[in-house]
Amino acid sequence: MSLMTVLAEIQFGYSHMGGAIGAGLAAIGAGIGIGQIGKGAVEAIARQPEASNDIRANMILTAAFVEGVALFAVIAGLLAVLKG
Amino acid sequence: MVTKGIKSLMVAAFSLFCLHITSPVFAQDHTPVPHESAEAKLDPAKIILEHIQDAHEWHFFTLGDFHASIPLPVILYSPTKGFSVFLSSRFHQGHEIVPYQGYEMTGNKIVATDGTTVYDISISKNVLQMMLALLILVLLMTSIAKKYKTGQGVTSAPKGWQNAMEPVITFIRDEAAKPNLGPKWKKYFPYLLTVFFFILINCLVGLLPGSANVTGNVAFTIVLGVIAFFIILFSTNSHFWGHIFWPPGVPLFVKLILIPIEFASFFIKPAALIIRLFANMIAGHIIILSFVSLIFIFGEMNFFAGWGFSPLSIAFTVFIYFIEILVAFIQAFIFTNLAAVFIGQAFEGGHNDIDGHADPVIL
Repeated sequence: MSLMTVLAEIQFGYSHMGGAIGAGLAAIGAGIGIGQIGKGAVEAIARQPEASNDIRANMILTAAFVEGVALFAVIAGLLAVLKG
Repeated sequence: MVTKGIKSLMVAAFSLFCLHITSPVFAQDHTPVPHESAEAKLDPAKIILEHIQDAHEWHFFTLGDFHASIPLPVILYSPTKGFSVFLSSRFHQGHEIVPYQGYEMTGNKIVATDGTTVYDISISKNVLQMMLALLILVLLMTSIAKKYKTGQGVTSAPKGWQNAMEPVITFIRDEAAKPNLGPKWKKYFPYLLTVFFFILINCLVGLLPGSANVTGNVAFTIVLGVIAFFIILFSTNSHFWGHIFWPPGVPLFVKLILIPIEFASFFIKPAALIIRLFANMIAGHIIILSFVSLIFIFGEMNFFAGWGFSPLSIAFTVFIYFIEILVAFIQAFIFTNLAAVFIGQAFEGGHNDIDGHADPVIL
């Protein structure tokens, strides 16, 4: 039996699986993004410790942006699970 | 030196002791008990949804058959029946939910039994908590404003709550208002402070066990975003719209692609504000509720697994609680900062530039 027929045999909710996989991918994206922000911030502080307050403020602001985008995907996953 | 070491050790031990005292309180107030009977199957998704949704009564906990909940007033307007005001306990008789005066409660929505439109403007759990946050905000701010008016904190050292609020207010002024709004910052400063403190107080009160999930409610954030949208709209000038409909500094075909994108971004920026705050808060609440529900999920499989897992789950929950306190501050500040940025972008004037590029350095 080919993959398509096997998949068609499964009767459970695809929307639940899709929502969960989407949320997991969003977590990966957020992890990579915020990790890069942290890396840049820490390297910048290492180069110029006096600017660490400014750098920290910018880091937190940018991390909130990236996390916002990841949470859009979480909301999409939640909608897929709840409305699917 | 030795006494200093012992003192910090005792401080650390006492804090750890206090931490362990507080954890059982979380577990008790988050007790997800099914409403039908004690033998009903545990449904964690339903329990979590019940805790983050708005409701017409303020439910604290349930011990067996005793429901500790405060019924809240239901205010309905129907074009056919006019205003109806009654307590939501009228919908409950014993353990059943019965219709009352031609209305019935399905889930947590109230519909008319004959299907006519009904506008629900009741004092629900979220509304009551918003009023409480409003009261806290107004009392706090007017009390410190009165102190400043008499000169306390202006010609002498600040006292009491002035000490707590002044760094926060100057932080908002120096990080959000002045850099983004330039010389007009004083005009928008009351709005920025109000939105910051209102979101912050609602987030922090919503973290207490037994409270309402206000900031994680999309209706609340939609209203905040719409207000920000209108403030941005009323601050725009012709320069702003000129840049949207004829973006400078790019070749013609890029201009044509950019025009719909720029126009859409005018609406998407407040929408991002809405979803960012809503998603952050609701994600935090769901994580906390899930960790506590895990105890009961394990407990259903095996009595000892439930009890054995609870210290781990409670430790995670406390950890997430600390993160959520930080997230409350961050999200309130991000909303305020981005609102200031968007307002600043709306009325920034001419750049004295050539085709949108900044002035070249002229020595």
